[in-house]
Amino acid sequence: MSEIRDLFRQMLRIRMVEEAIADRYKEQEMRCPVHLSIGQEGPAAAFSLVASKRDYAVSTHRAHAHYLAKGGDLKAMVAELYGKVTGCSKGIGGSMHLADKAVGFMGSSAIVGNSIPVGVGLGLSIQIRQTNALSWVFLGDAATEEGVYYESVNFSVLKKLPVLFMCENNGFSVYSDESVRRPPNQKIFEVAEFLGCKATQVDGNNPTESHRVVSEMADYVRSGGGPGLIEFHTFRLREHCGPNFDDHLDYRSPEYLARWRDSDPISLLGEQLQSASDAAWASSVREAIEVEIDDAFAAAAAARYPTSEECAEVLYAK
Amino acid sequence: MPSEPEPRNLSIAEAIREGTAEAMRENESVILYGLGVNDPGRVFGTTAGLVEEFGKERVFEVPTSENALTGIAVGAALGGLRPIVTHQRADFFYLAMDQLVNSAAKWRYMYGGQFTVPLVFRLIVGKGWGQGPTHSQTMHSWLVNVPGLKVVCPSNSSDAKRLMKASIEDDNPVVFIEDRSIHGEVSKVLADDRRTVLGKARVARDGVDVSIFAVGALVPEALKAAHALDAAGVSSEVIDLRTVKPIDLDALLVSVDKTRGFLVLDNAHSSGSFGENLVGRINSARPSRSGGFFRLLAWPDFPQPTSAGAMSTYYPDKQKIFSEVIEAFGLEGSKESEAGRIALGEAAQKDYAGPF
Repeated sequence: MSEIRDLFRQMLRIRMVEEAIADRYKEQEMRCPVHLSIGQEGPAAAFSLVASKRDYAVSTHRAHAHYLAKGGDLKAMVAELYGKVTGCSKGIGGSMHLADKAVGFMGSSAIVGNSIPVGVGLGLSIQIRQTNALSWVFLGDAATEEGVYYESVNFSVLKKLPVLFMCENNGFSVYSDESVRRPPNQKIFEVAEFLGCKATQVDGNNPTESHRVVSEMADYVRSGGGPGLIEFHTFRLREHCGPNFDDHLDYRSPEYLARWRDSDPISLLGEQLQSASDAAWASSVREAIEVEIDDAFAAAAAARYPTSEECAEVLYAK
Repeated sequence: MPSEPEPRNLSIAEAIREGTAEAMRENESVILYGLGVNDPGRVFGTTAGLVEEFGKERVFEVPTSENALTGIAVGAALGGLRPIVTHQRADFFYLAMDQLVNSAAKWRYMYGGQFTVPLVFRLIVGKGWGQGPTHSQTMHSWLVNVPGLKVVCPSNSSDAKRLMKASIEDDNPVVFIEDRSIHGEVSKVLADDRRTVLGKARVARDGVDVSIFAVGALVPEALKAAHALDAAGVSSEVIDLRTVKPIDLDALLVSVDKTRGFLVLDNAHSSGSFGENLVGRINSARPSRSGGFFRLLAWPDFPQPTSAGAMSTYYPDKQKIFSEVIEAFGLEGSKESEAGRIALGEAAQKDYAGPF
């Protein structure tokens, strides 16, 4: 039961944080692009249960979920979205450039595919320094269309690096569906397998199944067999970038939307938490998260902006 | 007290090799990879003996994946290593611009200074002998416009060794640009473990009439021209910037303040070049400097043709430097300038021979 509760709590926390971001986005205090993971929290929750603190992780423009799942500081993340000096990146990075070195969350990047080789390099450092950790690389489906992805997977396989590629396939690169981006029979996990990477696919909206697959793959990678890739099929509930729903734009069919809405990972897992004690637990969790969120937003609003000098100061290591 | 060992004559390539080996001996987190590091040529000899001494885990060949391998160096640096990545042809580094500009240069800055990114990218620049438009490029002019990088261009063996060690030990991403045309030039190297601080220029030759500013392969050309200019009665000060990012502007201004004009040399296409920028920076810093001339000698604004014939007038060289200064002082056709031309012909001439 603790597995289900843990997964549920992780997903609920990410969802509530991001809904709070969406609710307050119109205030124009968070002046940076935000890419929300609402609807696709499953892989992050599974990751949070399997990754160890000494593991490294890197992510993408859509990184809030991964940052939080790795244990990144919530207050510092919200302050970062507000562009405040108390932010995890001193307000310099914004939503798309999150890092929390203390928990091994080593950065997220706005450029599609950009953080992939960085994660692989972290894997190389683990191998050479023999620190017995794992490097988790989050990427979206469109990143597998970048040349650097193939270069990076090839190098990881060649060197048998402890790297786990976590590919969240939400079916769309902004508004472009898969049919305009790759031939119909080309599956991301199969291509990775062909490159020599152990690879599999899973329903990313099924958190317990995702957890099982992630655990097995992490065990394999930790055992030194080489890199692994998991393709999670999942669904972004809101627009690519921003706080709103964009179903009126009609780039996703009503049938497609209905099918995915029916498989919301939090609702599905919530069905397994129906006993009286579960309900009491869930409500106390919800309350605790609400307090945490209110604190984080209040602190972010109260903090000051970095000065231009403070930004220039960090450019070079002394 | 033991007596100091005699300075040794080393080529720039040997000095780079020695600086790398010493840094790897002193710090086991230094790793080296790139195409050719363990091949029979050993990157023009600059990686000779390294895999034998440090093993294949620290010195290794890689797939031809310039962009990923640049990002991998960033990740490895974040994970506690100090990678050196070699490129036998600087031109291939254009494939790595995303990881250089968006990752290496920014990974410290855009996360608020949480990380250090200690790494060195070695770029070797080809020249002449039919290398042509995609095998003769350098990119220091681009890179000076990327905050977060340091860019080093050694001109002699002593600096090459000391700058290499300083670059490896620096906690920032350093692009180390080597002119292949002077890899074989031999000069004295002291047997010490001194480092050359990144960002400090060197007065390569004192003079009072004209200041000549250069880096890399253009420093020896400037020194040859300066020798001939002496014969023409013009005393030249030659300053080797050693790094183009950061720039030691103060050292240049000290020189400009005492001479009657300055000449900037640059191996880059003129428009938007580092050299053009340097002329502007010096003039901006000395708006009241009246009467003094300022000149720039750089590449024309078209890529290198492969044809040896068409290339014969492409690069700034001792002839062009000499003529430029003579013209600036209005000495064309004078007796002095003829004496200088004779000396120019006598200046040691060792043209770069191919292949490669």
